[in-house]
Amino acid sequence: MPLDLTHSLHSQVSPSLFLSLVLLVSALSQAARRGRQTEAMLTLLVLTAVVLLSAAPRSDAIVVYTGWERHALVGSDVRLSCSFFSWRWTSEDVTFSWSYRPDGAKDSISIFHYTGGAPYVDNKGPFRDRLEFVGNPARRDGSILIRNLDFSDNGTFTCDAKNPPDIVGRPSSVRLLVFEKVPIQAGVITGAIIGVVLGLLILVVAIYYLMRFLVARRVFSLSMSKHGKKGKGKEGSQQRQKPKVPLVYLSF
Amino acid sequence: MLAVLVGVVILHLTEMIILIISTSVNAWRTHEGRSYHLWDGCSQTNGYKCNDINDADWLQAVQALMVLATLFCMLSFIFFLCQLFTLVKGGRFFFTAVFQILSSLFVMSGAIIYTVIGPESQKNDSYGYAFVLAWLAFPLTLISGFIYIILRKKE
Repeated sequence: MPLDLTHSLHSQVSPSLFLSLVLLVSALSQAARRGRQTEAMLTLLVLTAVVLLSAAPRSDAIVVYTGWERHALVGSDVRLSCSFFSWRWTSEDVTFSWSYRPDGAKDSISIFHYTGGAPYVDNKGPFRDRLEFVGNPARRDGSILIRNLDFSDNGTFTCDAKNPPDIVGRPSSVRLLVFEKVPIQAGVITGAIIGVVLGLLILVVAIYYLMRFLVARRVFSLSMSKHGKKGKGKEGSQQRQKPKVPLVYLSF
Repeated sequence: MLAVLVGVVILHLTEMIILIISTSVNAWRTHEGRSYHLWDGCSQTNGYKCNDINDADWLQAVQALMVLATLFCMLSFIFFLCQLFTLVKGGRFFFTAVFQILSSLFVMSGAIIYTVIGPESQKNDSYGYAFVLAWLAFPLTLISGFIYIILRKKE
């Protein structure tokens, strides 16, 4: 959906929009002159918003939405959703049509058409007696339900919606994948195992440091009450041991 | 002695490199000259399609274990360097040893799972070099872990 700024600016600048723009620019200049920064910034913000909104594409293009991919098990039902976006109100002559192209085939056949307020389902093709219209055209929903899936139903389903006079647009496709059993998505188990182990590690380290902190605090409070400054002296000598090249040796 | 320090560091770095190679390279098994696993399950490609070997629940477990083993090996190296400068005189490198031994356990588990469950053996199948490296990494990390247990810091 490209932003056709020039097209929209030329065609859709209505008089009311122009008047509001003039008022906003004058308010902005007044606020800037008086040195009121917050007022100027707010008006600038509103001005930008108005300009952007008015520059939004108002061309007569319809945008069709379906899913990207649908996974389903053999023998189950799947609901393929289709919806569209259009600047116009939903007309009474809205049409939905679904076509199906099997995996590996080049041609697609039409399996569903909704026009003139009535749905027409496939009664001769691969989906006869299995297709059902479950959408609501008044709500811009042209979804279909396919029952009792088989492996031969793998393929691409294309939905084309038209909302007269808004007819220019691209149909959208959804890919159906039929599985024997639902596969575990790649990486779910991997991520789970790694996450659990790292979580346990962090937990153990946190508990270890917490115990050490608690023990040190108890020891510190005890030594403060009994020995006074002797405890602090010992800690200082420990930190001085930082040789330049630390050496190691083996010993059992 | 400096020789002990250098030897231990070289051993640790070698294990890290072995683990990284074994985890990241897709060469745990070969089929007619084409190697695959852990991250790429294709046994052969005819044109654009990829014939997946099998459903990979166990493969994901092996992936996770190998990644964890590499991670823990790297962490133990970092802890070794840390402890080298902050340990008391005569102290043992327990933290480093724990992480290194955990890493060896993870590698062992991963390699065992892959060996036992493994992809179905078809003809012209053989184990790849990454599989061999994983099995090599297990005793190396274990030995290194034990060395860290008996290692002490000298002034």
